[in-house]
Amino acid sequence: MMIDSQARKLLFETVAQRVIASADELTDLDRAIGDGDHGTNMRRGFEAVLTTVDELSAKNLGESLRGLGTTLVMKVGGASGPLYGTLFMSLGKSLGDEVSRERVADAFAAAVEAVKARGKSDVGQKTMLDVLAPVLEVLREGGDGLPLRLKAAARDAAEKTIQMRAIRGRASFLGERSIGHMDPGARSSALIIDAIADVMEGFA
Amino acid sequence: MSENVGIVIVSHSADVARGTALMVEQMVGREVPLGWCGGDPDGGLGTSVEAIMKAIDRAWSERGVAILVDLGGAETNSEMAIEMLPEERRGRVVVCNAPVVEGAVMAATEAASGATLEAVRRTAEELTPI
Repeated sequence: MMIDSQARKLLFETVAQRVIASADELTDLDRAIGDGDHGTNMRRGFEAVLTTVDELSAKNLGESLRGLGTTLVMKVGGASGPLYGTLFMSLGKSLGDEVSRERVADAFAAAVEAVKARGKSDVGQKTMLDVLAPVLEVLREGGDGLPLRLKAAARDAAEKTIQMRAIRGRASFLGERSIGHMDPGARSSALIIDAIADVMEGFA
Repeated sequence: MSENVGIVIVSHSADVARGTALMVEQMVGREVPLGWCGGDPDGGLGTSVEAIMKAIDRAWSERGVAILVDLGGAETNSEMAIEMLPEERRGRVVVCNAPVVEGAVMAATEAASGATLEAVRRTAEELTPI
Protein backbone atom coordinates (compact mmCIF):
# COMPACT_ATOMS: atom_id res chain seq x y z
CA MET A 1 0.00 0.00 0.00
CA MET A 2 1.28 3.44 -0.99
CA ILE A 3 0.67 6.56 1.06
CA ASP A 4 0.92 9.50 -1.35
CA SER A 5 1.01 13.21 -0.55
CA GLN A 6 -2.78 13.52 -0.75
CA ALA A 7 -3.22 10.67 1.73
CA ARG A 8 -0.56 12.17 4.01
CA LYS A 9 -2.32 15.53 3.97
CA LEU A 10 -5.70 13.94 4.78
CA LEU A 11 -4.11 11.92 7.58
CA PHE A 12 -2.34 14.89 9.22
CA GLU A 13 -5.32 17.21 8.82
CA THR A 14 -7.77 14.71 10.25
CA VAL A 15 -5.57 13.97 13.27
CA ALA A 16 -4.94 17.67 13.87
CA GLN A 17 -8.60 18.66 13.51
CA ARG A 18 -9.80 15.91 15.86
CA VAL A 19 -7.28 16.86 18.55
CA ILE A 20 -8.11 20.55 18.21
CA ALA A 21 -11.87 19.83 18.37
CA SER A 22 -11.37 17.94 21.65
CA ALA A 23 -8.95 20.41 23.23
CA ASP A 24 -11.43 21.55 25.88
CA GLU A 25 -12.21 17.97 26.89
CA LEU A 26 -8.47 17.21 27.22
CA THR A 27 -7.94 20.30 29.33
CA ASP A 28 -10.85 19.33 31.60
CA LEU A 29 -9.38 15.85 32.10
CA ASP A 30 -5.98 17.38 32.85
CA ARG A 31 -7.49 19.89 35.25
CA ALA A 32 -8.83 16.99 37.33
CA ILE A 33 -5.47 15.25 37.85
CA GLY A 34 -2.75 17.44 36.32
CA ASP A 35 -1.93 21.04 35.56
CA GLY A 36 -4.84 21.64 33.19
CA ASP A 37 -2.90 22.50 30.07
CA HIS A 38 -2.99 19.33 27.96
CA GLY A 39 -5.74 20.56 25.62
CA THR A 40 -4.24 24.02 25.21
CA ASN A 41 -0.81 22.54 24.54
CA MET A 42 -2.03 19.96 22.04
CA ARG A 43 -4.16 22.57 20.28
CA ARG A 44 -1.15 24.87 19.88
CA GLY A 45 0.96 22.01 18.50
CA PHE A 46 -1.60 20.74 16.02
CA GLU A 47 -2.55 24.24 14.89
CA ALA A 48 1.10 24.63 13.95
CA VAL A 49 0.82 21.32 12.06
CA LEU A 50 -2.22 22.64 10.14
CA THR A 51 -0.44 25.83 9.09
CA THR A 52 2.43 23.80 7.58
CA VAL A 53 0.43 20.78 6.40
CA ASP A 54 1.01 21.37 2.66
CA GLU A 55 4.73 21.69 3.15
CA LEU A 56 4.79 18.69 5.51
CA SER A 57 2.77 16.33 3.35
CA ALA A 58 4.77 17.21 0.20
CA LYS A 59 7.74 15.34 1.70
CA ASN A 60 7.94 11.54 1.66
CA LEU A 61 6.21 9.68 4.48
CA GLY A 62 9.29 9.28 6.66
CA GLU A 63 10.37 12.90 6.39
CA SER A 64 6.84 14.23 6.81
CA LEU A 65 6.32 12.19 10.00
CA ARG A 66 9.64 13.43 11.34
CA GLY A 67 8.62 16.99 10.45
CA LEU A 68 5.29 16.52 12.22
CA GLY A 69 7.13 15.24 15.30
CA THR A 70 9.55 18.15 15.30
CA THR A 71 6.65 20.62 15.05
CA LEU A 72 5.02 19.02 18.09
CA VAL A 73 8.30 19.08 20.03
CA MET A 74 8.77 22.78 19.34
CA LYS A 75 5.20 24.00 19.71
CA VAL A 76 3.27 21.87 22.23
CA GLY A 77 5.04 23.10 25.35
CA GLY A 78 4.22 20.45 27.99
CA ALA A 79 5.83 17.05 28.40
CA SER A 80 3.35 15.86 25.76
CA GLY A 81 5.39 17.78 23.14
CA PRO A 82 8.50 15.61 23.45
CA LEU A 83 6.37 12.48 24.02
CA TYR A 84 4.16 12.81 20.92
CA GLY A 85 7.08 14.35 19.04
CA THR A 86 9.19 11.28 19.81
CA LEU A 87 6.34 8.97 18.75
CA PHE A 88 6.02 10.58 15.30
CA MET A 89 9.76 11.13 14.79
CA SER A 90 10.38 7.47 15.57
CA LEU A 91 7.64 6.37 13.13
CA GLY A 92 9.22 8.62 10.51
CA LYS A 93 12.60 6.99 11.01
CA SER A 94 11.21 3.52 10.31
CA LEU A 95 8.62 4.11 7.57
CA GLY A 96 8.97 4.63 3.83
CA ASP A 97 6.15 5.54 1.43
CA GLU A 98 5.39 1.90 0.75
CA VAL A 99 3.73 0.50 3.88
CA SER A 100 2.25 -2.80 4.93
CA ARG A 101 0.57 -3.77 8.21
CA GLU A 102 3.71 -5.64 9.28
CA ARG A 103 5.95 -2.65 8.56
CA VAL A 104 3.64 -0.26 10.39
CA ALA A 105 3.43 -2.68 13.35
CA ASP A 106 7.24 -2.89 13.54
CA ALA A 107 7.58 0.89 13.26
CA PHE A 108 4.88 1.42 15.87
CA ALA A 109 6.57 -1.04 18.24
CA ALA A 110 9.82 0.92 17.95
CA ALA A 111 7.93 4.19 18.47
CA VAL A 112 6.25 2.88 21.64
CA GLU A 113 9.68 1.90 22.98
CA ALA A 114 10.98 5.40 22.15
CA VAL A 115 8.07 6.98 24.06
CA LYS A 116 8.81 4.72 27.05
CA ALA A 117 12.43 5.88 27.05
CA ARG A 118 11.52 9.55 26.63
CA GLY A 119 9.01 9.47 29.48
CA LYS A 120 11.01 7.00 31.63
CA SER A 121 7.71 5.22 31.89
CA ASP A 122 6.06 1.90 31.15
CA VAL A 123 2.66 0.32 30.69
CA GLY A 124 0.44 0.35 33.79
CA GLN A 125 1.39 3.83 35.04
CA LYS A 126 -1.72 5.65 33.78
CA THR A 127 -0.17 7.30 30.73
CA MET A 128 -0.54 7.37 26.94
CA LEU A 129 1.40 4.08 26.90
CA ASP A 130 -1.65 2.35 28.34
CA VAL A 131 -3.41 3.11 25.04
CA LEU A 132 -0.48 2.73 22.66
CA ALA A 133 0.56 -0.74 23.92
CA PRO A 134 -2.85 -2.45 23.47
CA VAL A 135 -3.23 -0.74 20.07
CA LEU A 136 0.13 -2.22 19.07
CA GLU A 137 -1.11 -5.70 20.04
CA VAL A 138 -4.15 -5.38 17.77
CA LEU A 139 -1.99 -4.01 14.97
CA ARG A 140 0.31 -7.01 15.30
CA GLU A 141 -2.59 -9.47 15.19
CA GLY A 142 -3.95 -7.95 11.99
CA GLY A 143 -7.00 -9.68 10.48
CA ASP A 144 -10.43 -8.48 9.42
CA GLY A 145 -11.96 -5.16 10.41
CA LEU A 146 -8.65 -3.82 11.65
CA PRO A 147 -9.59 -0.08 11.76
CA LEU A 148 -12.69 -0.76 13.86
CA ARG A 149 -10.77 -3.05 16.19
CA LEU A 150 -7.99 -0.47 16.58
CA LYS A 151 -10.57 2.16 17.52
CA ALA A 152 -12.26 -0.13 20.01
CA ALA A 153 -8.92 -1.12 21.57
CA ALA A 154 -7.89 2.51 21.95
CA ARG A 155 -11.22 3.59 23.43
CA ASP A 156 -11.38 0.66 25.88
CA ALA A 157 -7.76 1.16 26.93
CA ALA A 158 -8.34 4.87 27.62
CA GLU A 159 -11.42 3.93 29.72
CA LYS A 160 -9.29 1.49 31.70
CA THR A 161 -6.96 4.28 32.83
CA ILE A 162 -9.84 5.65 34.95
CA GLN A 163 -9.26 2.87 37.48
CA MET A 164 -5.49 3.19 37.44
CA ARG A 165 -3.30 5.03 39.88
CA ALA A 166 -0.84 7.47 38.28
CA ILE A 167 2.84 6.62 38.74
CA ARG A 168 4.35 9.13 36.29
CA GLY A 169 3.72 12.80 35.56
CA ARG A 170 1.96 15.49 37.52
CA ALA A 171 -0.99 13.17 38.28
CA SER A 172 1.32 10.97 40.37
CA PHE A 173 1.45 13.77 42.99
CA LEU A 174 -2.19 12.96 43.71
CA GLY A 175 -1.48 9.33 44.61
CA GLU A 176 -4.76 7.49 45.31
CA ARG A 177 -6.74 10.58 44.30
CA SER A 178 -5.65 10.09 40.69
CA ILE A 179 -7.96 7.03 40.61
CA GLY A 180 -11.39 7.73 39.11
CA HIS A 181 -10.24 10.04 36.30
CA MET A 182 -9.24 9.17 32.76
CA ASP A 183 -5.65 10.00 31.94
CA PRO A 184 -5.59 12.98 29.53
CA GLY A 185 -2.65 11.55 27.56
CA ALA A 186 -4.46 8.23 27.18
CA ARG A 187 -7.48 10.15 25.88
CA SER A 188 -5.47 12.19 23.36
CA SER A 189 -3.75 9.00 22.16
CA ALA A 190 -7.15 7.34 21.68
CA LEU A 191 -8.33 10.40 19.70
CA ILE A 192 -5.30 10.17 17.42
CA ILE A 193 -5.71 6.41 16.86
CA ASP A 194 -9.42 6.98 16.17
CA ALA A 195 -8.62 9.63 13.55
CA ILE A 196 -6.02 7.42 11.86
CA ALA A 197 -8.43 4.46 11.79
CA ASP A 198 -11.13 6.64 10.23
CA VAL A 199 -8.73 7.70 7.50
CA MET A 200 -7.86 4.01 6.93
CA GLU A 201 -11.54 3.20 6.55
CA GLY A 202 -12.26 6.16 4.33
CA PHE A 203 -14.56 7.80 6.92
CA ALA A 204 -12.63 11.02 7.19
CA MET B 1 33.82 31.94 25.79
CA SER B 2 33.95 31.44 29.54
CA GLU B 3 36.24 29.04 31.35
CA ASN B 4 33.52 28.07 33.80
CA VAL B 5 30.71 25.57 33.36
CA GLY B 6 27.46 27.30 32.39
CA ILE B 7 24.15 27.07 34.25
CA VAL B 8 20.66 26.97 32.73
CA ILE B 9 17.50 27.40 34.80
CA VAL B 10 14.25 25.96 33.38
CA SER B 11 11.00 26.59 35.22
CA HIS B 12 7.35 26.41 34.22
CA SER B 13 7.16 30.01 35.40
CA ALA B 14 9.20 32.83 33.87
CA ASP B 15 9.04 34.60 37.26
CA VAL B 16 10.55 31.61 39.07
CA ALA B 17 13.28 31.24 36.43
CA ARG B 18 14.14 34.95 36.50
CA GLY B 19 14.06 35.10 40.30
CA THR B 20 16.33 32.06 40.54
CA ALA B 21 18.70 33.64 38.00
CA LEU B 22 18.87 36.78 40.16
CA MET B 23 19.74 34.67 43.22
CA VAL B 24 22.48 32.95 41.22
CA GLU B 25 23.90 36.26 40.04
CA GLN B 26 23.91 37.54 43.61
CA MET B 27 26.22 34.64 44.53
CA VAL B 28 28.52 34.50 41.52
CA GLY B 29 28.03 37.75 39.61
CA ARG B 30 29.02 37.27 35.98
CA GLU B 31 31.61 34.57 36.64
CA VAL B 32 29.30 31.83 35.39
CA PRO B 33 27.57 31.89 31.99
CA LEU B 34 23.86 31.86 32.79
CA GLY B 35 20.71 31.19 30.79
CA TRP B 36 17.16 30.87 31.96
CA CYS B 37 13.70 30.39 30.56
CA GLY B 38 10.17 29.83 31.78
CA GLY B 39 6.76 29.61 30.21
CA ASP B 40 5.25 27.78 27.25
CA PRO B 41 5.53 29.05 23.65
CA ASP B 42 2.51 31.36 24.23
CA GLY B 43 3.85 32.81 27.47
CA GLY B 44 1.61 30.76 29.81
CA LEU B 45 2.93 28.41 32.49
CA GLY B 46 4.97 25.61 30.93
CA THR B 47 8.25 24.96 29.19
CA SER B 48 9.41 25.18 25.60
CA VAL B 49 12.11 23.15 23.86
CA GLU B 50 12.90 26.12 21.61
CA ALA B 51 13.40 28.44 24.61
CA ILE B 52 15.53 25.84 26.41
CA MET B 53 17.78 25.47 23.35
CA LYS B 54 18.24 29.26 23.27
CA ALA B 55 19.02 29.35 27.00
CA ILE B 56 21.66 26.62 26.53
CA ASP B 57 23.15 28.70 23.76
CA ARG B 58 23.33 31.80 26.00
CA ALA B 59 24.96 29.82 28.82
CA TRP B 60 27.27 27.92 26.49
CA SER B 61 30.71 27.07 27.77
CA GLU B 62 33.18 24.69 26.17
CA ARG B 63 33.40 23.03 29.59
CA GLY B 64 29.70 22.20 29.49
CA VAL B 65 26.32 23.33 30.77
CA ALA B 66 24.32 22.10 33.76
CA ILE B 67 20.52 22.47 33.57
CA LEU B 68 18.32 22.83 36.65
CA VAL B 69 14.60 22.09 36.18
CA ASP B 70 11.48 22.30 38.30
CA LEU B 71 8.72 19.81 37.37
CA GLY B 72 8.39 16.82 34.98
CA GLY B 73 7.69 18.69 31.74
CA ALA B 74 10.74 20.88 32.28
CA GLU B 75 12.88 17.75 32.58
CA THR B 76 11.37 16.01 29.54
CA ASN B 77 11.65 19.16 27.44
CA SER B 78 15.24 19.75 28.58
CA GLU B 79 16.24 16.19 27.65
CA MET B 80 14.58 16.68 24.26
CA ALA B 81 16.38 20.01 23.80
CA ILE B 82 19.74 18.34 24.53
CA GLU B 83 19.05 15.68 21.88
CA MET B 84 18.30 18.36 19.33
CA LEU B 85 21.60 20.18 19.91
CA PRO B 86 24.45 19.85 17.39
CA GLU B 87 26.25 16.57 18.03
CA GLU B 88 29.46 18.20 19.29
CA ARG B 89 27.51 19.93 22.08
CA ARG B 90 25.12 17.13 23.03
CA GLY B 91 27.51 15.24 25.30
CA ARG B 92 28.43 18.33 27.28
CA VAL B 93 25.01 19.24 28.67
CA VAL B 94 23.42 17.50 31.66
CA VAL B 95 20.13 17.80 33.53
CA CYS B 96 20.66 17.82 37.31
CA ASN B 97 18.31 15.89 39.54
CA ALA B 98 17.99 18.68 42.11
CA PRO B 99 15.49 21.28 43.33
CA VAL B 100 15.64 24.22 40.93
CA VAL B 101 16.41 27.13 43.27
CA GLU B 102 18.79 25.47 45.73
CA GLY B 103 20.34 23.39 42.96
CA ALA B 104 21.00 26.38 40.71
CA VAL B 105 22.64 28.42 43.46
CA MET B 106 24.81 25.50 44.63
CA ALA B 107 25.71 24.48 41.07
CA ALA B 108 26.66 28.04 40.10
CA THR B 109 28.77 28.49 43.22
CA GLU B 110 30.62 25.27 42.41
CA ALA B 111 30.96 26.29 38.74
CA ALA B 112 32.45 29.65 39.78
CA SER B 113 35.31 27.78 41.45
CA GLY B 114 36.26 26.32 38.06
CA ALA B 115 34.85 22.88 38.82
CA THR B 116 34.17 20.30 36.09
CA LEU B 117 30.66 19.66 34.75
CA GLU B 118 30.48 16.38 36.67
CA ALA B 119 31.47 18.11 39.93
CA VAL B 120 28.90 20.85 39.33
CA ARG B 121 26.19 18.27 38.73
CA ARG B 122 27.11 16.27 41.84
CA THR B 123 27.14 19.39 43.99
CA ALA B 124 23.68 20.32 42.78
CA GLU B 125 22.34 16.83 43.35
CA GLU B 126 23.88 16.38 46.79
CA LEU B 127 23.30 20.01 47.77
CA THR B 128 26.71 20.14 49.44
CA PRO B 129 30.00 21.40 48.03
CA ILE B 130 32.41 18.63 47.04
